[in-house]
Amino acid sequence: MTTTDVFLLVLGAVAVGSGARVVSTRHVVRAGLWLVVTLGAVAGAYLLLAAELVAWVQVLLYVGAVVVLLLFAVMLTRAPIGASADLDRDGWAGALVGTGAGLGLTALFLDGYRWQLVDRPAVGSAQLLGTQVFRNWVLPFEVVSVLLLAALIGAVVSSRPPAGGS
Amino acid sequence: MHPAIPYVTASVLFRLGVYGVLVRRNAVLLLMAVELMLNAVNLVFVTADATVKAELPAGGQVFALFVIVLAAAEVGVGLALILQLYRLRATVAVDEIPLAEPESQDVTS
Repeated sequence: MTTTDVFLLVLGAVAVGSGARVVSTRHVVRAGLWLVVTLGAVAGAYLLLAAELVAWVQVLLYVGAVVVLLLFAVMLTRAPIGASADLDRDGWAGALVGTGAGLGLTALFLDGYRWQLVDRPAVGSAQLLGTQVFRNWVLPFEVVSVLLLAALIGAVVSSRPPAGGS
Repeated sequence: MHPAIPYVTASVLFRLGVYGVLVRRNAVLLLMAVELMLNAVNLVFVTADATVKAELPAGGQVFALFVIVLAAAEVGVGLALILQLYRLRATVAVDEIPLAEPESQDVTS
């Protein structure tokens, strides 16, 4: 166990624990706030895995934008502030399928990697990632920009008030 | 560094996301569970990038960036749809959405 392992374990425990709160809490707003903790812990794991730029993009986009959007939606749909009892349906099917998928993935990864030791990679710089994006991944990058435009227009169109109404 | 640790973390996060999508009734909470799944996938990408020597350097990180951008777009469109649903039906419970097409509705747009 190296220091990186210990930190990864701690961050993983934080991410999993708060993720469990996201899917189990009875307060809608608190689910969003627990999601911030999960995303932050995952961003910390990215930092330890030498993906510096991805970590900061995660903080900016996920913690900054996505969670704020989700909390906006919580407030615009007039979610109750207190606990609400009818947030979940019967859980056994979800638990069964989820546990099955999770255990399958865990078994796959553990079979593939066992307990092997890997050297900690050198910290990746934004320069390396930018070079890669604009040299080898230019076409997907442009396609993503078109997709973002389509998503923007789609969001505007679909949130228009119904025709004829106020 | 043992790559098994982040991999197992990612699979447990994915498991929680699947559970949340199947169990939650509130559409906003359902989107949050989807975010958990997307994050698990990103964690796998970044870990694989740190452990596997690929032909293109940093391919996993580039993929993770793309997934983050797609997740942002997905949340934007999803929230627009949820707000429209709330405006029409005054509820965001996904199992109260009628799936059948209404019989007579004058479609004027």
